[in-house]
Amino acid sequence: MIVKEIVEKLNLTVHSGEAGLSREITGGYTSDLLSDVMGNCDAGKIWITLQTHKNVMAIASLKDIAAVILIKDLKPETDMAAQSETEEIPVLGTSLPAFELTGQLYELLK
Amino acid sequence: MALFRADLHIHTVLSPCGDLSMSPSAIVDAALERNIQIIAITDHNSTLQAPLIKQIGEQRGLAVWMGAEVTTREEAHCVVLMPDETNLSQLQQYLEYHLIKVENNVDKFGYQLVVDHDENIVQEYPWLLITAINQSIDEIAKFVHDRGGVFIPAHVTRPMFSLVSQLGFIPPDLPADALELSKHTTYDEFVKGHGRHNKLPIVRSSDAHYIADIGSVFTNLELETTLFEEFKLALKAIDGRRIINQS
Repeated sequence: MIVKEIVEKLNLTVHSGEAGLSREITGGYTSDLLSDVMGNCDAGKIWITLQTHKNVMAIASLKDIAAVILIKDLKPETDMAAQSETEEIPVLGTSLPAFELTGQLYELLK
Repeated sequence: MALFRADLHIHTVLSPCGDLSMSPSAIVDAALERNIQIIAITDHNSTLQAPLIKQIGEQRGLAVWMGAEVTTREEAHCVVLMPDETNLSQLQQYLEYHLIKVENNVDKFGYQLVVDHDENIVQEYPWLLITAINQSIDEIAKFVHDRGGVFIPAHVTRPMFSLVSQLGFIPPDLPADALELSKHTTYDEFVKGHGRHNKLPIVRSSDAHYIADIGSVFTNLELETTLFEEFKLALKAIDGRRIINQS
């Protein structure tokens, strides 16, 4: 499944990084500790978080993460959105909290 | 110029995790006993105990700088120090406005007390102080800098509530005046690891929650006097003022 399909099926907002919507997704990872994501998230996953700092994009790029989904209507900080454009890694958004979004994504990807 | 020992991260009875023995005069006593000449009072997300300790300290020849250990939205702990009581009280208003309001549960988290000179309880602070404030690390740094304060991310390599744990690594363009190392690491260890590319000044502080912790690690400052403005010069290594890092 590609990022664009997830956006449509889960009715997500695309905040930035539209150029990366055709990235392939291999799974998901939910965590707000960036040190944890750096250590444990595999390439190609979609990352669910509430962190909106620019370092999110640095780690997404380092780990070759397919896309980031911000929960609870959070928006990326300006420099995070800019980096998402540069890296072509989409930052998506939802009004749902992490639990519900993770459940829905799991259903789609299992 | 003279050399001063500074412990720039100390909690009091106001922090729920601060020991009840951390009263204003006990903190001043312990610092003086351990030959520390400058301390900073930095309770979690509150400044309310700092002015009294400054007053007591200064009567007894101990310099006391005032601030708080702020929990950012990212849940990174950052020491912020303000230049005077006017700006400290603005910081207090900012913290109270942005603090995520959860009632303190004394049995679970501990007392949050503001005490007076004679250790009478003046106030029991109602909102849990170890939650975060709803402001980003960059927003807090800006608030502090706009008011002449100093912004120092705390215990930056610790596995909890640090820049490294919350943000994965130290953001290279972080608007900080210095980085704080805890007693669990050393300057040498830091510059070999997470601090490989670091260009910011380094301080080491005790993060004391118990009397025994005060001065357990400290920073050597070469300053003309113990005024806070001298520290701001040392952070930029201006006019001979400097931080002396020990390995």
